Amino acid sequence: MSGHDPHDHDDHDDHSELGDMDVRVRALESILAAKGYVDPAALDVLIDTYQTRVGPRNGARVVARAWTDPDFRAWLLEDATAAITSLGFVGRQGEHMVAVENTAARHNIVVCTLCSCYPWPVLGLPPVWYKSAPYRARVVRDPRGVLAEFGLSLPATTEIRVWDSTAEVRYLVIPRRPPGSAALGAEALAELVTRDSMIGTGLARAPGAPT
Amino acid sequence: MNYRSHADLGGRELRERVVPEPEGDPFHARWEQRAHAITIAMGATGLWNIDMSRAARETLADYGTLDYYGKWLAGLERLLCEHGIVGADEIAAGRALRPGCVLPRVLAARDVASTLARGAPTARVPATSARFAIGARVRTRPDAAPHHTRLPGYARGKSGRIERVLGAHVFADTHAQGLGEQPQWLYTVVVSGEELWGAGAERERLEVSIDAWEPYLESG
Repeated sequence: MSGHDPHDHDDHDDHSELGDMDVRVRALESILAAKGYVDPAALDVLIDTYQTRVGPRNGARVVARAWTDPDFRAWLLEDATAAITSLGFVGRQGEHMVAVENTAARHNIVVCTLCSCYPWPVLGLPPVWYKSAPYRARVVRDPRGVLAEFGLSLPATTEIRVWDSTAEVRYLVIPRRPPGSAALGAEALAELVTRDSMIGTGLARAPGAPT
Repeated sequence: MNYRSHADLGGRELRERVVPEPEGDPFHARWEQRAHAITIAMGATGLWNIDMSRAARETLADYGTLDYYGKWLAGLERLLCEHGIVGADEIAAGRALRPGCVLPRVLAARDVASTLARGAPTARVPATSARFAIGARVRTRPDAAPHHTRLPGYARGKSGRIERVLGAHVFADTHAQGLGEQPQWLYTVVVSGEELWGAGAERERLEVSIDAWEPYLESG
C-alpha cells in the first residue's frame, strides 16, 4: 500500500502539520522496525484491512438482512454478536455487539463520550465528526441540536435514546426501512443504508434519492 | 494520586458545530494509516492492554489540541517509553540508537487476519451472581475516581434504572492500572434527560444510557 495511495499528495505539503506528522510517524515506524517490534508487511496488511475490507457496507448488509428476514431481525435484537458473526463480520471492536432498532416512537443515537469506541467490523473506522469534541460533548445533552446539523429533524413526539459506549459493548442502530422500498431485494436495500443511519445521525435513504 | 483525564467530554457546553462527512476513505492522510497500523501492531505484542492505551491517551497534557491519530501516536510513544522498549532519546533522534528488546510477541503479516478476527473479548465467567436485576433503581457513584475509569463525569451521582444485564466483563478501572482483569458485572443503566440536565423543553423525551460496571453503582 505504501507509496501509491491516493492521499500521498497530502504528505508532500512542506511546512504543514501533515508534513510534520508524516515525518514523525515514519521515524517511529522505522525505530520499531529496526528494533524488530513490528513487521512492516503486517502493517501493510493492517492498512489494507481497514481501508478496503472493513467498512459501513458490512453493517448495511446486516441491516438489509434484518429488514428482509424476520427471523434474522429477531436474532439480531436478541443476540447481535451471534447474528452478525453469522454474516462473517467479526473481531476487534465488535466482540460484544448490541443492535438497537429505530421505530416511529423511538430514535437511537450512538456515541462514545470518553474516547471514540465504534463497531469496527460493521462500520469500519469512525468518521472525524464521531471522534470530535463537539459531537461527544453535545449529543448526550442536545441531540436534537446535533441532528439538525446533519439536516435531520425528528417529530417532537419521538423519544430519543443516546447510547454512550462506555464499556466494550458496541452498538449498531437498525434504521427504519424507508417507504417505497417494499419491492427491493437485500442488495438494493443495503444501498439505502448509510453509515450515519447506523450511528443514528441520519435516516436510511429513500429509493431513488441521491447518494 | 493525581489522575486527570482530558477525554471526559460528555455534556461539556461546547458551541462548536458538528461537521458531517461523506462515507469514504476513513483516513485523511497517509500518516494516519501508519499511526493506526503501528498502534495496533504494538498492541498485539501484549505489553499493555486497551485500557492502558486509553489511559495513556486521555492523560496527554495536549489532548485537547491533538487530532485523533495524533493522540494515538502520542499515546503510543508514551507507552513505548514507559515500558522502556524505546528511549525518549530515540524518539527525539527519529531513529533507533540501541538494539531492540525481546518482546512476548511480534505480529506477523500472516497472523493479522486471525488476530483481528479474534479481537479481545472482555466477557468472563462471573464469580458471583449479579447484584442488580433488570428494572432495578440504581444510583451512580458521585465521586471522581483517582485513576482511569469509564463512568463519565456527567453521569456521576445520577439515578437510573437497569435496562440490560450484560454479563461479567474485564473491569476497565483495574485493568488500566495493571491490577488485573477483576471481572465485574456490567449493566446498561438508563438515565433520563431531566435527571442529567434538569428540566427543559429541549431535553424532553431524552434518555441516555451508559454501560456501568457494578462497582460504579449503588441501590437507590
